[in-house]
Amino acid sequence: MNSPLNSPSKPTELVGAAPDPPFTITFDGRRLDALPGQSIAAVLWSAGILSWRTTRGGGRPRGAFCGIGQCYDCLATVNGRPNRRACLVTASPGDTVTTQEGNGHAGFEE
Amino acid sequence: MPGSRSDTCATDGASEGHEALPEDAFHDLAVIGAGPAGLAGAVTAAELGLSVVMVDAARQPGGQFYRHPAAATRATRPEALHHDWPTFTDLRDRLRTGGVTCLFDHHVWTVTRKAEDDWTVHALTGDVDGVCEPGDGQRSTRVRARAVLLATGSYERQLPFPGWTLPGVVGAGGAQAMLKSGLVLPGRRVVVAGSGPLLLAVAASLVTAGAEVPELVEASSYFGYAHHPRAVAAQPHKLTEGAHHAKALLRHRVRPRTRHAVTEAHGTDRVEAVTVARLDDAWRPVPGTERRIDCDAVAVGHGLIPQIDLATGLGCATRRTADGAYALALSPLQETSLRGLWSAGETSGVGGAQQAMVEGELAALAVTFRLTGRRPAPLSRLRSLRRRRDRMNAFADAMTATHAPRRGWTRWLTDETDVCRCEEVPAGRIREAVTEYGARDARSAKLLTRAGMGWCQGRVCGWAVSCLATPAPAAPPEEPPSTAPDRRPLATPVPLGALADLPDPAAPLAPADPAAPLNPADPTDPAAPLGPADLASPLDPANPADPADLLDPTEPAAPLDPANPAAPLDPANPADPADLLDPTEPAAPLGPADPAAPLDPADPLDSANPAGPFGPASPLDPVGPAAPEPRLLPPDPHLPSPAPHPPPHHLPPHPTEGQPS
Ligand code: FES
Repeated sequence: MNSPLNSPSKPTELVGAAPDPPFTITFDGRRLDALPGQSIAAVLWSAGILSWRTTRGGGRPRGAFCGIGQCYDCLATVNGRPNRRACLVTASPGDTVTTQEGNGHAGFEE
Repeated sequence: MPGSRSDTCATDGASEGHEALPEDAFHDLAVIGAGPAGLAGAVTAAELGLSVVMVDAARQPGGQFYRHPAAATRATRPEALHHDWPTFTDLRDRLRTGGVTCLFDHHVWTVTRKAEDDWTVHALTGDVDGVCEPGDGQRSTRVRARAVLLATGSYERQLPFPGWTLPGVVGAGGAQAMLKSGLVLPGRRVVVAGSGPLLLAVAASLVTAGAEVPELVEASSYFGYAHHPRAVAAQPHKLTEGAHHAKALLRHRVRPRTRHAVTEAHGTDRVEAVTVARLDDAWRPVPGTERRIDCDAVAVGHGLIPQIDLATGLGCATRRTADGAYALALSPLQETSLRGLWSAGETSGVGGAQQAMVEGELAALAVTFRLTGRRPAPLSRLRSLRRRRDRMNAFADAMTATHAPRRGWTRWLTDETDVCRCEEVPAGRIREAVTEYGARDARSAKLLTRAGMGWCQGRVCGWAVSCLATPAPAAPPEEPPSTAPDRRPLATPVPLGALADLPDPAAPLAPADPAAPLNPADPTDPAAPLGPADLASPLDPANPADPADLLDPTEPAAPLDPANPAAPLDPANPADPADLLDPTEPAAPLGPADPAAPLDPADPLDSANPAGPFGPASPLDPVGPAAPEPRLLPPDPHLPSPAPHPPPHHLPPHPTEGQPS
């Protein structure tokens, strides 16, 4: 569904996007619609979600900042792998994105 | 899965059938970057018969300027967010027909060279968007070529302010990038703030896409352009471009508010409002002028910084731009101080897409001549490109000077404001490193505080840290901050395995033959063989100020042996401009002395612009009456010494290592 933030989905209308049917990914268990070709950061933004990690030091919320892979602020855990730049990862059907806390290694020390 | 893409640009980067590039394929030219400069360079060189490979981190061509939705979104009007779309589609079509080998999704992390015509571009492909765990799909590839064209563009300069780490505060370029490719907005009510012409474009895109821009805040004053009437008048297309954005903004009743800045963002989990204050001439906020503006996002940026780390890693000479940033110092035909390494677009100074395309084409003509001895035909094309480039440079300089950050901006920081986002280093700790521990530059501040040592390697905070760490100059506040050029040995995080894979860990990064970097003798320069006497000949009495017109395009390349482009380098050749240089100073371009001097001297024939402060006149570059670019620089203590670069195993630890425990 379109979020209140981007409703109606003006940018997609503007460029005349006629994509294949949207698919679903989940973010912290919540189901989100994704357009084929969108990055995970774009899918989260279009759902009005601006933060998906907390910092190592202060535990503060962060999301995408530079949008082009330079700042590493958009790190997320995608399908169990932490520290992925959400602005660069293209969303795929069924992706599971979870908020990344600290250095992203919580639960990964095996 | 998006693996590495190696194809002959059969489709818009969405080709399915990509075969691997043979490991030892040797191309004539490797172009790094598929933005306007790289595209123009690649297609021009390919059409002139060179075998060209183009490498880019994105999954489709266009760079940041022509960034557009992925093919899978099936956008029928991708041009809606661009005002020069046909130029791009034309380049894209020529990329296809010209047979350029395109390697998308390839993140170049270093470039090495064995000889001046034997280069290797090292890239990572596959799952490289993670920074921690090298993925299974991650693979390193090499591309070999006889020449390299660096067209890596720029990234955004950020000046921190209290609250700038709140979600919803995003880079102005970032907001535009996410909109152009992801078709999303960060919020509904977006304050656009910072400085530079990009803000107009960003605000125009946002309102066109349905956002409300309650305020467009520009720290400089546009009156700065009035100081450069010639440079501005010579760039009518810039005015059209400005008018295009102005129309969109006017329609949505957005008026830029100059000499103002966002000095604080408010909110707890995300931005809810900002404080906007008026600035004095030094960009210090004027007390009592604060206003609060509600918003749910802020798009902020203070201009662009050339991304030159691949070149500085090789020891290329740099030049200071009018705002204190570093760009590559180039020959009149776009060659860096390392023979065989060329540059086009923002890497040679931020000037916009048009300039990037002109430079890309110019570089391609020069490379082709160097490699094949084939002169550009018609020769007038080269002359007109150089003239346009020089005019655009003059405009870019005016623009850069107009929007250059003034030092008073640090007044809006509190000691608690995080300056380094990755390592969460507040301004107070950096100030303490200066006042308590004697840090005098960004490097020592970094070592003392970890600012700039995180994932982004200082790309976001580097400028701000420099401003805080360098002592306030006695000079007027307009003095740009002293920042060192980017010295990141790796352009992107790399697994240690890839480093270990480097063929010869010591050799590749060593600086080349100290004589080579000088490279002032430009055998591809058709003007070079002409002595000053020729330039004075009255061939074109109507325009004696333009020496380019004096060149007769039909004249055969007299002193140049087209079959042997190296001929003019022959020391016996009396016309060799290299003779003008003092051979006892071979290390100059790499050393702390003025690195640009021999490369682009002031135009000796422009009476309106005598060599003056820009150094000795020289007949090396007799083109164009446009104001000479102030490419000559004061000595720079930050420039690296000519000492060899450390071998790769001295490179910084993988970003996940050494985190504070
Ligand atoms: S938003 Fe900067 S790296 Fe993703």
